[in-house]
Amino acid sequence: MFENLSDRLHAVFSKLTGRGALSEADVDAAMREVRMALLEADVNFKTVKEFVARVRARAVGADVMKSLTPGQMVVKIVLEELTALMGGSESRLVLSSRTPAVIMLVGLQGSGKTTAAAKLANLLRKQGKSPLLVACDVYRPAAIDQLEALGRQLEIPVYRGEGLDAVAIAREGIKDAIARMRDVVIVDTAGRLHVDEDMMAEAAAIRQAVRPDQVLMVIDAMTGQDAVNAAAAFAERVDFDGVIVTKLDGDARGGAALSVRAVTGKPIKFAGVGEKLDALEPFHPERMAKRILGMGDVVSLIEKAQDTIDADAASDLEARLASGVFTLDDFLSQLQQVRKMGSLSDIISMIPGANRLPKDAEIDEGALARTEAIIRSMTPAERAKPSRINGSRRERIANGAGVRVFDVNQVLKQFTQAQKMMKQLGAIPGGGKKRRFRGMPGVSGPF
Amino acid sequence: MTQPWYKRLGNGLARTRGELQGHLNVLLRRGPDLDEQFWEELEDALLQADMGVTATTEMTGRLRDTAAREALPDATAVLARLADEIAAEVRVPGDDPFTSGPATVLVVGVNGTGKTTSVGKIAKSAADAGRHVVIGSADTFRAAAIEQLRIWAERAEVPVIERAHGADPAAVVFDTITEGRARDADLILIDTAGRLHTSSDLMAELVKVKRVADRESPHPVRVVLVMDATTGQNGLVQAREFHRALGLDGLVLTKLDGTAKGGIVVAVSRELGVPVVRVGVGEGVADLEAFEPDAFAAAIVGESPAGS
Ligand SMILES: Nc1nc2c(ncn2[C@@H]2O[C@H](COP(=O)(O)OP(=O)(O)OP(=O)(O)O)[C@@H](O)[C@H]2O)c(=O)[nH]1
Ligand SMILES: [Mg+2]
Repeated sequence: MFENLSDRLHAVFSKLTGRGALSEADVDAAMREVRMALLEADVNFKTVKEFVARVRARAVGADVMKSLTPGQMVVKIVLEELTALMGGSESRLVLSSRTPAVIMLVGLQGSGKTTAAAKLANLLRKQGKSPLLVACDVYRPAAIDQLEALGRQLEIPVYRGEGLDAVAIAREGIKDAIARMRDVVIVDTAGRLHVDEDMMAEAAAIRQAVRPDQVLMVIDAMTGQDAVNAAAAFAERVDFDGVIVTKLDGDARGGAALSVRAVTGKPIKFAGVGEKLDALEPFHPERMAKRILGMGDVVSLIEKAQDTIDADAASDLEARLASGVFTLDDFLSQLQQVRKMGSLSDIISMIPGANRLPKDAEIDEGALARTEAIIRSMTPAERAKPSRINGSRRERIANGAGVRVFDVNQVLKQFTQAQKMMKQLGAIPGGGKKRRFRGMPGVSGPF
Repeated sequence: MTQPWYKRLGNGLARTRGELQGHLNVLLRRGPDLDEQFWEELEDALLQADMGVTATTEMTGRLRDTAAREALPDATAVLARLADEIAAEVRVPGDDPFTSGPATVLVVGVNGTGKTTSVGKIAKSAADAGRHVVIGSADTFRAAAIEQLRIWAERAEVPVIERAHGADPAAVVFDTITEGRARDADLILIDTAGRLHTSSDLMAELVKVKRVADRESPHPVRVVLVMDATTGQNGLVQAREFHRALGLDGLVLTKLDGTAKGGIVVAVSRELGVPVVRVGVGEGVADLEAFEPDAFAAAIVGESPAGS
């Protein structure tokens, strides 16, 4: 089994060495893999068909760019098309200037509306708003208590009405917001099946009553093929402006999000990434495209690296790279930068394919510290010219660092690999900031 | 609109669902010919039911061979054969954890699948059948989970054991079993907090809960995974992880009252040998049914079940 589409396509194209244009037969083989990958990620089968047809049309006859292999070329086209389909760039909440602004959440049972409502209130408050939550799920046992408890936790007021008339409660909630001078209202509604006529009518009636600025549909990232049926029905009966995808902290690929976007044209606005009330993030189409293809969150990794890595150290390193020099000291400084980014398991979770690692694979948090100790036990001369580190020196270093000679050998081997990568990078003319991090030991880029 | 849930059922629901399924499945409305288009549409139907691309490709491939070898006359014959095969895949032998003697059952699953609701429904049907039921609120994490189960306990008219929000779930299990023993309960049901199978901490917590149950329970301890029928391919990963951590004795497939077919359980039964033991078909206390492999398979291939 290949871990991701990128690997699969490389395998498909490994027989081909030609550059030139992609032939029909090459593309056919590649499209079979693309189709498999998308279906495994729960992208709706109809969306897959249309998508594959589009990519196919673009790929046949496309010139393979100089820097890429045919497999990489197809991955590039797939990613571009997927990102475009996902909505290009991220889109945000559009609230009118009317007070209070109203946001209404709808969706199937168990998709995570109540938690999303609380998270959204939390987020809006951080942006300087004063939200009010309105509990309109009058059906599920203790649903109102749940929202109330979340509100209490956040110290955000919750309006809970009485009785079973969700429409009336929603309306009263708006009045309550005005009385309390809250400037945004978030209406939580009961989960409902898209085939439940009465309940869909209720959602439409709530919408009518409170005329929301934004209606958001909450969709579970684990949803399969049925997501489009639900989303199409909600779009038709209630209409909505955007989507919140929840439970993305799991390992579901989340292809349903793509299908919903493709079928309804509604943008995905937020991603729920945990049970904590601050675990709501703006949605990034490109990251989602990569996730669906099983290519990991390389972009997050790079951003994280850019946030943490000391700019001076980095530009220094860049200058040295350009001159073709990469020493053990550079290696050490790079490792220290990596350590600053957080725990190894955090970093690894963002690497493509890492979610397929055996769950109990020991993540050796001590390895970086050990490597550091080993390099520190070397003399400056050894660090500058590792080739002079012979057997007896290795033994001395191992003793100094309190490790085995084997460990010293490992570090030297890693260094040689890193050095080779760095040389290649140094040789590539131009290129931006991101280029540097592709060479990080153990981290491979998406292509 | 202001009707309670039990009145709403059966109103618009059945009708609309019928219409929608009609739209979704065109297999039988087309002619009986076994042409390329038939095979393609058959594949689409299986994919749409969340059977997964591997199982779908394999099943349709095999069926094509069979159709040629045995000269199956038409589409109807092929569909009947396919339904049989799917039913065979999900007809997994195993004891019913809820009815085969006294038991302590842990109800587990990812967030929002219907665990608490299913515990309520199962408690009710068991109590109605004359069993002594005690349920425990081991979801001490989610806001108002305890209150939710309390309402279900009232509906089922069975005692519920609680501790405060934030308490150790293993302690709730201990209390529930102690109470169950004191009351001579022969069915002890434990509702647990929803958790993603990828969270090693929360999975470890569940393993601890199971250990306490194993140690304290006078009855055999069973673990039942609740899975939402709308779940896609991730369902198999979920089942694998819960099975690896706890050993699963059965699956409850919920929300079959919608348009999702729950095809992922075919892969689960096939790979893990865990049987589906109940299906959830609504939010009402009576909306829990036995799992019928033939009806399930028929719904996937788009036939109406034999005899109805
Ligand atoms: N339509 C339908 N809805 C169901 C079914 N089972 C549960 N639900 C609904 O699904 C939602 C979630 O159910 P819960 O029982 O709270 O799910 P849970 O697994 O306990 O959720 P957490 O404890 O939050 O993880 C509720 O709105 C239930 O009413 C079913 O068979 N059909
Ligand atoms: Mg629950």
